[in-house]
Amino acid sequence: MNALRPDLAIIAANVAPGCRVLDVGCGDGALMAALRDERGIDARGMELDPHNVALCVARGLSVIQGDADSDLVEYPDAGFDYAILSQTLQTTKRPDRVLDELLRIGRKAFVSFPNFAHWRVRASLMWHGRMPVTRLLPVAWYETPNIHHVTVSDFRDLVRARGLTVEGAWFLSGDQRISAAAASWRAEHAVFLLSR
Amino acid sequence: MSDPALNLNHASQVLSAPLRLDGGQSLDGVCLAYETCGRLNADKSNAILLFHALTMDQHVVSDHPKTGKPGWWQKSVGPGKVIDTNRFFVICVNVLGGCMGSTGPASIAADGRPWAMRFPVITIRDMVRAQVALLDAFGIDQVHAVVGGSMGGMQALSFAANWPERTRAALVIASTARHSAQNIAFHEVGRQAIMADPKWRGGDYHAGGKGPENGLAVARMAAHITYLSEAGLTDKFGRRLQDRTAKTFGFDADFQVESYLRHQGLSFTDRFDANSYLYITRAMDYFDLAEEHGGKLADAFAGSTARFCLISFDTDWLYPTAESRTIAHALNAAGAPVSFVELSAPFGHDSFLLDVPAQDRVIAGFLNQ
Repeated sequence: MNALRPDLAIIAANVAPGCRVLDVGCGDGALMAALRDERGIDARGMELDPHNVALCVARGLSVIQGDADSDLVEYPDAGFDYAILSQTLQTTKRPDRVLDELLRIGRKAFVSFPNFAHWRVRASLMWHGRMPVTRLLPVAWYETPNIHHVTVSDFRDLVRARGLTVEGAWFLSGDQRISAAAASWRAEHAVFLLSR
Repeated sequence: MSDPALNLNHASQVLSAPLRLDGGQSLDGVCLAYETCGRLNADKSNAILLFHALTMDQHVVSDHPKTGKPGWWQKSVGPGKVIDTNRFFVICVNVLGGCMGSTGPASIAADGRPWAMRFPVITIRDMVRAQVALLDAFGIDQVHAVVGGSMGGMQALSFAANWPERTRAALVIASTARHSAQNIAFHEVGRQAIMADPKWRGGDYHAGGKGPENGLAVARMAAHITYLSEAGLTDKFGRRLQDRTAKTFGFDADFQVESYLRHQGLSFTDRFDANSYLYITRAMDYFDLAEEHGGKLADAFAGSTARFCLISFDTDWLYPTAESRTIAHALNAAGAPVSFVELSAPFGHDSFLLDVPAQDRVIAGFLNQ
């Protein structure tokens, strides 16, 4: 799984073998393919971009073109062991509702997102008074798909307000894992494993 | 099309047992005409059953014997093509009710006269049941995949739902799990055009002279519009005039689009039987896969272990994306492995027959598993 994005590698390493997984916003299917090929996992996907869906189908993956905001309601309760939402939460219209749906469909949910409280983001706002354009947030404010920027602390608040349990949390700076203590400032990326 | 590498074969098979029909009757001595391309392997595991759409037939790869035009999916089926006949044995059968060699209303009944309107009303499932009997005759227990676009997609769905153990995969393109009111309405326009033609004679036009060619041509014209998109028509014809520089202030085909439709209508009558058109459109109108399974579409797929792939096109207003999405959600609810993608193509419903590279990638990727 060495070709996987770091947050996806963390998710792949922590999904139990042989289980059923729904990858919401599965992109080109890299995580699903790794789960299938290396862990024997029955993975299904949902993806907004038709070009990506075509890539997934060409890899032999089962992927439905759909929108996390509107199409998750069509999935039955507890149909999956895990629902995965990687780098997609901040692009949804109602992240809180999407989170609820994830934990209705999956017994557990992996959620990864870029941390908007990373020091570079803070510095950009503090010193330049500008919305940041960084390595993980490379697009200017007017064309970014990230319409709900979120920080590690914000996310913990939402999880608490929803009465969810954090079963695991991983933080990344570049490709490096960093400790939870410094995560608010130093994490570019966060990965949470949640359950009801 | 005499290329020996194609392993192209035309044949017909008379079913040994009477065919039970959804309408309660049964048909003796049903004949099915078919085309095959490729070689059936030793364990008979590499067959793909390809279903044709309303006005097509078994001539998928071979040139059409009446029109001389290339087979309807020659672009996609053949050695090294998207459906690779070096690997797969492709079977395409003229549907029950058709007019290219399979038993239909133009066939001769036991009393020596054409069936005409005495032919029983058939359903999509009846068409599929007949083809399952043909697979039995081939000794094929399970096909690699069933594949179809439009009405062919309905047959693929019906096959996967009603004979789930007989296929490992189903590819359904630009199709629907039930005919909508709008679909039925367009078909009714076509049928009424045929029946309003005095030469239809209650369906008994075979005795001599011409059949209801004008009515059938109008039916085809109306239907043909539904296969295209407004943008496609505008792009192809716009308001351009046909072989003239000014409007004639008459009712000739002043506009190119009129001329085109008239040509489509007339050429259709050379190759299609009007009563077949009535029967096949009726079968499509009766199609409602959920209704067959207690009203819940997901239940139709409860016994299926096949993989599914659904493709729709953004400019198809005959079977719009929402229809495919409904099927995808039902399959999901049934726990079936399903892929669904809406592709962008400018050609309306007919996109599935035309050059859409993204479709080729999806089809090849899905079938080559």
